[in-house]
Amino acid sequence: MSDRRDFFGKMLGAYAGLGALGALYAAKRTWDPLPSVKAGGFTTLDLSNMQENKLYVEKWRGKPILIIKVAKNSKPATAPNGNDKNAYDDKRLITVGGHKYMIVVGLCTHLGCIPDYFPEKNKFICPCHGGQFNAAGEVLKAPPPSPLVIPPFKITGTKVVLGEVGSEYKKLKEAGVVA
Amino acid sequence: MAHFDLNARPFSHQWLNDRLAVDTLKRVLSTEYWIPKNINFLWAMGMVLAATFGVLLISGIFLLMYYIPDTKLAFDSVNHTIMGEVGYGWLWRHMHGVAASVVFLIIYIHMFTGIYYGSYKRGRELIWLSGMLLFVSFSAEAFSGYMLPWGQMSYWAGMVITNLFSLGSLDLNGLVEWIRGDYVPGQAFLGRFFMLHVLLMPLIIMALIVLHFGTLRLPHVNNKDGEEFDFEAEAEKWKAGKRKESKVIPFNPVFLSKDTFVLGIYFIFYFYLVFYHFEFAMDPVNFDPANGLKTPPHIYPEWYFLWSYEILRPFSKNAGLIAFGFAQVIFFLLPFLDRSPNVAPANRRGLFSIWFWLLLIDMIVLSVMGKVPPMGIYTTIGTVAAWTFIILWIALPFITKAEKTVRGHK
Repeated sequence: MSDRRDFFGKMLGAYAGLGALGALYAAKRTWDPLPSVKAGGFTTLDLSNMQENKLYVEKWRGKPILIIKVAKNSKPATAPNGNDKNAYDDKRLITVGGHKYMIVVGLCTHLGCIPDYFPEKNKFICPCHGGQFNAAGEVLKAPPPSPLVIPPFKITGTKVVLGEVGSEYKKLKEAGVVA
Repeated sequence: MAHFDLNARPFSHQWLNDRLAVDTLKRVLSTEYWIPKNINFLWAMGMVLAATFGVLLISGIFLLMYYIPDTKLAFDSVNHTIMGEVGYGWLWRHMHGVAASVVFLIIYIHMFTGIYYGSYKRGRELIWLSGMLLFVSFSAEAFSGYMLPWGQMSYWAGMVITNLFSLGSLDLNGLVEWIRGDYVPGQAFLGRFFMLHVLLMPLIIMALIVLHFGTLRLPHVNNKDGEEFDFEAEAEKWKAGKRKESKVIPFNPVFLSKDTFVLGIYFIFYFYLVFYHFEFAMDPVNFDPANGLKTPPHIYPEWYFLWSYEILRPFSKNAGLIAFGFAQVIFFLLPFLDRSPNVAPANRRGLFSIWFWLLLIDMIVLSVMGKVPPMGIYTTIGTVAAWTFIILWIALPFITKAEKTVRGHK
């Protein structure tokens, strides 16, 4: 008698368990980003008329993109950890039409606030937790654990398409500059 | 079959008793639920919290009738429609906002009362644990509600808090995007947090309130001296008419009348805030519509999250997350980290008394430092306070293990 009851109990458990798994999967998929959100992901930037050491802000996938045409001398004014190397020599910069540009996602790698740029100091300071970056997006001061992220890009003439993977982006990736 | 009095008139006392056992229910849940006499106004905070939750629920129902969970319309539906057009809409909003803030003040008083009097051990562990679950649920409810006006602070608090789920160097950006339903907080994000705020979290909170009351029923509430006595025997004295001699009073009507008095005082304070100082619960930054391309100059949470936010702030990303995680779970472990069998007020427990006051002061310091900009001396004070918090909790088992037995206890 109890064997029969155990068997039916297990059958019911398995049956309900399958249903629960299916429901969980459906719930997970419902929370996924929608295809329309994923599809609208390309932005074209024209870099030809930009001034040196001035911050330009564009939008890509809802995130701010920070662009600076880096000047020959871009040493950070003060460097908390002794890193006062000239940002112009950084291999994270992207060369377009003979000029060097910093193109990064403008969200601090700590918790996603937008760092403010101080052109006279050649560096970024994050308003939330005090992290600092140089004009190439390298970390000068924690808490941010890694440099500002370089988005996937493709260079065509003086224009850059964000969201598309071009040969220069692949080179940066091979060099280990972008993850 | 149970015995039914077929002659009872419908809905008469007898008729209801046969069908619903109303007399038994009333006896078990109210007239013969015994509360010690030796208590003070701090024992009324539970009922104050229940009443404040009621206020939040009712004001929320009215707000829900005009609020629109759409990223383009949400801001105006709150700041224009509800505040400007709906008759007394401002009242519901200010009641909701002020109650959401004040409820945390009372929760903290309620928690620290429990810690001070040792009301979390020797049979009362589940009261503490269900209470902590309520604290976490209220936090989730407060956070999801803060997203709804879709102002600058809503957006950026949403950005920063959801980023925590990338878990530092694990870089789980896929998980963060899954939680948001987008690369950044957007329509999908607002929709799901709206659902959490108006349905799922309130359901969970109501279930937990029932559980919290349930965990109180058998161990009974603590008293000012942590005295253990026989509730049955004391109840018999009360029922025999020896009310002066008995150490207990019935929950209803005696204890409830005391509660009601405290509630009266509390609501004077609460409505004073609602009518004259509602602005403390309304951050000016959140009166700018959400803008994903502009961070507010200084992002900070509401006051009740400041202490745990400040524990996150002074460290590097991974260490900060670990410290933050520690702060979130450590209060749950209190009944097991306190190794002393003493149930007594902190001031009679030697080192524990110092521990208690240090913890309280440290959390106030953390809260103040969480509000000021992260620079100079503030960073130093914040770092010291964060370490103090961690060290205090690590020291707790050792302090309480060495504690002497308080007189009058075994």
